[in-house]
Amino acid sequence: MKRTFKLLLRDKLGLIGIIVLAFFILVAIFSPQLLHFDPMEQHYTGNGELKKMEPPSNEHILGTTRMGRDVYSQVIAGTRVALFVGFTSAIMVTLIGTVIALIAGYFGGWVDDLLMRATDVVYGIPFLPFAMIMIAVLGPSIWNIIIAIVLISWRTTTRVIRSEVLTIKNRTFIQAAKLNGAGPFRIIFRHIAPNIIPLALVFGSLAMGTAIVTEASVSFLGYGDPLLISWGKILFDAYIAHAITDAWWWVVPPGLAITLLVMSGFFVSRSLEEILNPRLSR
Amino acid sequence: MSGISWFVGKRILQSIVTLFVLLTLLFFMFRILPGDPTTMFVDAALPVEAQEAVLQQFGLDKPLSEQYWLYLKNFVQGDFGISFTSREPVVEVIGHYILPTMMLMGFTILVALLIGVVFGALAAWYRGTKFEAAIVSVALFFKSAPIFWVGMVALALLSYTLNLFPTGGMYEPGKESTGFFQTYMNLDFLHHLILPVIVGSLYYIANPLLIMRSSMIEVMEEDFIEMNRAKGLKESTIMFRHAMRNAMLPVVTEIALLIGFAIGGQVLLEVVFNWPGIGRLIVEAIQRNDYPVAQATFFLMGFIVIVLNLFADLLYGLLDPRVSYK
Repeated sequence: MKRTFKLLLRDKLGLIGIIVLAFFILVAIFSPQLLHFDPMEQHYTGNGELKKMEPPSNEHILGTTRMGRDVYSQVIAGTRVALFVGFTSAIMVTLIGTVIALIAGYFGGWVDDLLMRATDVVYGIPFLPFAMIMIAVLGPSIWNIIIAIVLISWRTTTRVIRSEVLTIKNRTFIQAAKLNGAGPFRIIFRHIAPNIIPLALVFGSLAMGTAIVTEASVSFLGYGDPLLISWGKILFDAYIAHAITDAWWWVVPPGLAITLLVMSGFFVSRSLEEILNPRLSR
Repeated sequence: MSGISWFVGKRILQSIVTLFVLLTLLFFMFRILPGDPTTMFVDAALPVEAQEAVLQQFGLDKPLSEQYWLYLKNFVQGDFGISFTSREPVVEVIGHYILPTMMLMGFTILVALLIGVVFGALAAWYRGTKFEAAIVSVALFFKSAPIFWVGMVALALLSYTLNLFPTGGMYEPGKESTGFFQTYMNLDFLHHLILPVIVGSLYYIANPLLIMRSSMIEVMEEDFIEMNRAKGLKESTIMFRHAMRNAMLPVVTEIALLIGFAIGGQVLLEVVFNWPGIGRLIVEAIQRNDYPVAQATFFLMGFIVIVLNLFADLLYGLLDPRVSYK
């Protein structure tokens, strides 16, 4: 694992990914110190007028919203929410998805049938509308958003890893292990699982990205956690206020933050794939 | 019966079961929504007799098990109820919105696939160069960026600032036309289509691109590529004629997955670009508590994905000899 990490830092893409991810983690940790204002505070000019959609200035480095709130402080506050959603969902999705895939792929027969039909059903569920309805049912909270994300997202991990398991299980070394009398769980976890770890990690980082983007999308559609300031909700407010016509400073930063964070996950995942998969490494 | 027709028959049967489970899931999902089911399914603005008629039509005065059978029967007969907001049969409401969605989604996915496959192959071919890093980075940037945000930025830049494209919708206001040719076979429609297609395909490109790249890398290590080199074939011939053709299989399976994935993106794309499709329809239906429309649209989206998955599975099973027909 230490070796993997070292190799990851040596790979350019991986290094960039790690740096960006570390940057966001630091911002999340130190966000109380980094905030310039309370993100919900409304600012007024000297003569008592609301600072409505003011462009960036020395006081408000990323300008203000229509309600006179500091955009920079809102984006900083949103970092914690994004990382929380991303990490929590990714861990849950990867564990659930990989275990289902290993069991389905290895045992085949009715076990595979049952699990794959379940996956098919989940594949038939449109993600965003499902999340919207789930949140309408359960109430708009960050945990309910995470639950909705996990309930759907495992399908991708399962599908892809299962087909990998299918090809691995027909390879000679698995047949050899079987002939040597290894039991199914030994084969799954000792012989097959190590071969799918790169793919599982790749899909774990992808799941982090999907989760962050989904939270943003749900918030953008107006179903975000009302108690939290997330990047998606900032964009929702900006969209409602028609900021795209004249307040770029309100639109660009939160979206860019989402993009960079999600991309860091992708970079790490791609670089992991190269390092851990001997067939793909140079 | 041969192995292949057994395999095909079984997969079709499985898809029917999947659809049935989805329908059942939908039944319960829309009945645990907050509020009294009668207020959910019956528009309070209707006169009392009409309300009772709707109650009877949906069987909401009956026990849940009977409601379920009635629900299945209505769905099989294509009776999805009446929209609360437009007072039209749900089937007709969806009818207005389905074609715009198909147009936008079709073009978006086609563009994403074409560009993705070609650039994925190029990325593999130029492995380890700056060119590859640039391709992968750009693709990952747009896959990471929320589609609605890219849409907002594109609108701000290209529509509001530079006035190159319309700011949304499918045609100029007031030009609402009837008939397929009048609506879709003109420059105005095309003009409205370009920006959402660009934004949408940028979002989807990474999927086929990255899959094509990995697949291509594997194919390039196979002996027949070396053999072709030894035969003295041109590099471009080897790449396009031999390597790419053999690397396409995983992309075929990806198409169906991409469309499933695209339905979520489609919802956001249609909201941002004010596109009159089923994605925007379902968002509005959920917001306005128009449950019959929301339910039917949800089912329609699921139906499309299930059928496409079946299609991809059949292709994959028939094309890849390593998957046995069991």
